[in-house]
Amino acid sequence: MSLLEVENLWVRFPTRQGIFNAVRGVSFALERERLGIVGESGSGKSMTGRAILRLIRKPGIVESDAIRLEGRNLLELSEPEMRKVRGQKISMVMQDPKFSLNPVMTIGDQIMESFLLHNNTSKAQARAKAIAMLEAVSIRDPERVMRAYPHEMSGGMGQRIMIAMMLIPDPQILIADEPTSALDVSVQRQVLDIMDGLVKERGMGLIFISHDLNLVSEFCDRVLIMYAGRIVEVCDADKLHQAKHPYTQGLLNSLPRLDQPKKHLEVLKRDDGWADGESVGGS
Amino acid sequence: MTALTIKELNVWFGTDRDRVDAVKSASFDVGIGESFGLVGESGSGKSTILRAITGLAPMWSGEITVDGKRIQRATRDRAFYKTVQMVFQDPYASLHPRHTVDQVLSETLHLNGFKDINTRVVRLLDDVGLGGKFRFRYPHQISGGQRQRVAVARALAGEPDILLLDEPTSALDVSVQAEILNLLTDLRNEHKLTYLMVSHNLPVIGHMCDRLAVMKDGEIVEMMETDDLRHGTAKHDYSRSLLAASAVA
Amino acid sequence: MSDMTSQHSSWREWLTTDAPTSRRHARLANLYQGWLTLRANSMAMFGLGILLALLLVALLAPVLSPHDPFEQSLSNRLQPLGTEGHILGTDSLGRDILSRLIYGSRITLYIVALVALIAPVAGLLVGTVAGYVGGWTDTILMRITDIFLAFPRLVLALAFVAALGAGIENAVLAISLTAWPPYARIARAETLTIRSADYISAIRLQGAGALRIITKHIWPLCISSLIVRVTLDMAGIILAAAGLGFLGLGAQPPSPEWGAMISEGRRFILDHWWVATVPGLAIFTVSLAFNLLGDGLRDVLDPKDGSQ
Repeated sequence: MSLLEVENLWVRFPTRQGIFNAVRGVSFALERERLGIVGESGSGKSMTGRAILRLIRKPGIVESDAIRLEGRNLLELSEPEMRKVRGQKISMVMQDPKFSLNPVMTIGDQIMESFLLHNNTSKAQARAKAIAMLEAVSIRDPERVMRAYPHEMSGGMGQRIMIAMMLIPDPQILIADEPTSALDVSVQRQVLDIMDGLVKERGMGLIFISHDLNLVSEFCDRVLIMYAGRIVEVCDADKLHQAKHPYTQGLLNSLPRLDQPKKHLEVLKRDDGWADGESVGGS
Repeated sequence: MTALTIKELNVWFGTDRDRVDAVKSASFDVGIGESFGLVGESGSGKSTILRAITGLAPMWSGEITVDGKRIQRATRDRAFYKTVQMVFQDPYASLHPRHTVDQVLSETLHLNGFKDINTRVVRLLDDVGLGGKFRFRYPHQISGGQRQRVAVARALAGEPDILLLDEPTSALDVSVQAEILNLLTDLRNEHKLTYLMVSHNLPVIGHMCDRLAVMKDGEIVEMMETDDLRHGTAKHDYSRSLLAASAVA
Repeated sequence: MSDMTSQHSSWREWLTTDAPTSRRHARLANLYQGWLTLRANSMAMFGLGILLALLLVALLAPVLSPHDPFEQSLSNRLQPLGTEGHILGTDSLGRDILSRLIYGSRITLYIVALVALIAPVAGLLVGTVAGYVGGWTDTILMRITDIFLAFPRLVLALAFVAALGAGIENAVLAISLTAWPPYARIARAETLTIRSADYISAIRLQGAGALRIITKHIWPLCISSLIVRVTLDMAGIILAAAGLGFLGLGAQPPSPEWGAMISEGRRFILDHWWVATVPGLAIFTVSLAFNLLGDGLRDVLDPKDGSQ
């Protein structure tokens, strides 16, 4: 039994021009591994992550045969039961800590709130746990950070705080939606290493959503490539450069490379057939 | 004569105690027809240099020489705008939400004193690879890549010699980035333009530029030829760490 | 028959096309999209319906009105609702309330139109110039705004009446002079945000002057929020005019202004409640209609797609 199984996920949005299908028949399984979902804007990768956590509100429609967390179908849960799953069993780290951290609460308050929400402990214990968590994400002066506000933190620190907050309830799965896209290149490595270490240490599953194919291939074990709401290819991360689907190849080839100077970059020629094909199973 | 010369440029915001020095003693030349890159992370001051050149950052000292003429004051004159134009980073913020593509280009042409506006609009759209069906659309009806093409068309409307490019593809998808970079390459050859391009992305700079300067915390720490970049021969520690971070498996 | 439907559908196609062929085409298509969004909001359409009815009533007042609004009949005074010939009864001088209500709608519309023309326009001018130019201009203009904001509306109206005599025009002037400051503040706040946008930098780099930037670039963006604010303020404006009428500072008798009607009916409220209540209900309905429409307009004009 896999940690997470997604079967035939569809996410639809009714618009004035008809129904728009953001995710079309996506299926995959997640073990205790690092799974990357790569795609461009509009590929449906973020929607997939949010659908798993049932964060998509009306008028969005989520349909799936099943979304099973350790055998338990999340779609059958009531909203209060789902609330216990969110944060506790499956957590999500989003792109820009400027927008996902509450600007009017101190960082300490926010982390402790996250902890107290899921655990019935005293404030002092929550505080100790918060400080321990900040140290685990390599923040050198946790006491100072606890008293500070989000706007006083740099991007990299903010994201590390976000990771600390999301990992406090000890979830089994972490969904990271473009966690390093808003960060500088040198800070990206740091944050990714921290996430990597924590995920391995706790035996968690990680779903890493990104548009950066190279980053994902370095950081993950397996990669799913999405296009127009479907999975077009699944492969092991270290075999990415032997990818077979023309979209993946096109993406890889259209990147400028320092070691391969070209006059013109290869432009991806989109094939309408890619959007129509069956979604590749990602188990 | 160079297209653009910067000597001992300092740019700062705020005064006295609140003063923040965004650029410190920056100096470099861009030759006519050359493509020069400014690389650095956020806060390095690279975009601020562009703003200082165009007059959008009022407090600066040092020398800025464009087309052989020294820039003296805080504002720029018509001759400057005919020579230097800029393409902005965020395609979603660089077009007025209530103006159609046609209005954007027509207004620019009108401000530059052209009379045959209709013909020129059609030609500009053609130059950037957009067909007639985009002409009367509003920005929210076109994609990010298409908006950036309109921004490039707008920059080229006045027939400038120098284009300042502020991270023109950072906000775009990878596949769209390739199209826009190719477009920029082609336009440069066609119109014999000089480019000053700013980016945090080393491979993009490596692809587009002949020479580059690496910036950190407002200062230029190293100047390199693109060949040095390709061979990984960076002298300054920071440049080396940037190269390592951008290295691809 | 099929000719009509095919013509109809070709109009729709023309308006919903994704490749407009001219500036006018693009603008009309955009307006049509906005109209469709508004039409989907049933509350807003209800409000719009009421306001259109008001407009019609005001235009066709001589046709619709059963009696002369000024015709007194002291033997017929204070007739209740449903009296023959006087559906809404008569007031203390025997005048038909329905007729007065119908003619009063003209006055209401007159007030609304005047204030809506003066206050937001003045506010837009002051606010955008202050916001864009900044510096001393900003400080001076904003302090002037503060001064006007501090004036209590009724006190100013009293001052005007004392100086210029009572009358509806002076009431409108008094209301406008106290209504424009909030619009200036909104316009200034929006201008400050817009000013730092890349599209403004881009047009400055084309050599555009302040006048062009303010009128062609900033105003189109401010106008949406001002329109919404005006419709939501309409209720207050009508009530302010009614209040002034109530105090005898606005429309003078025998003018059938709704607020003045309430004032006249005040004495009889216990035994002949309809004399004051019916015009009160009219004011309530029109204010509600403006509020509903304003809410709907906010959904249409609020640019949520694409960053702004």
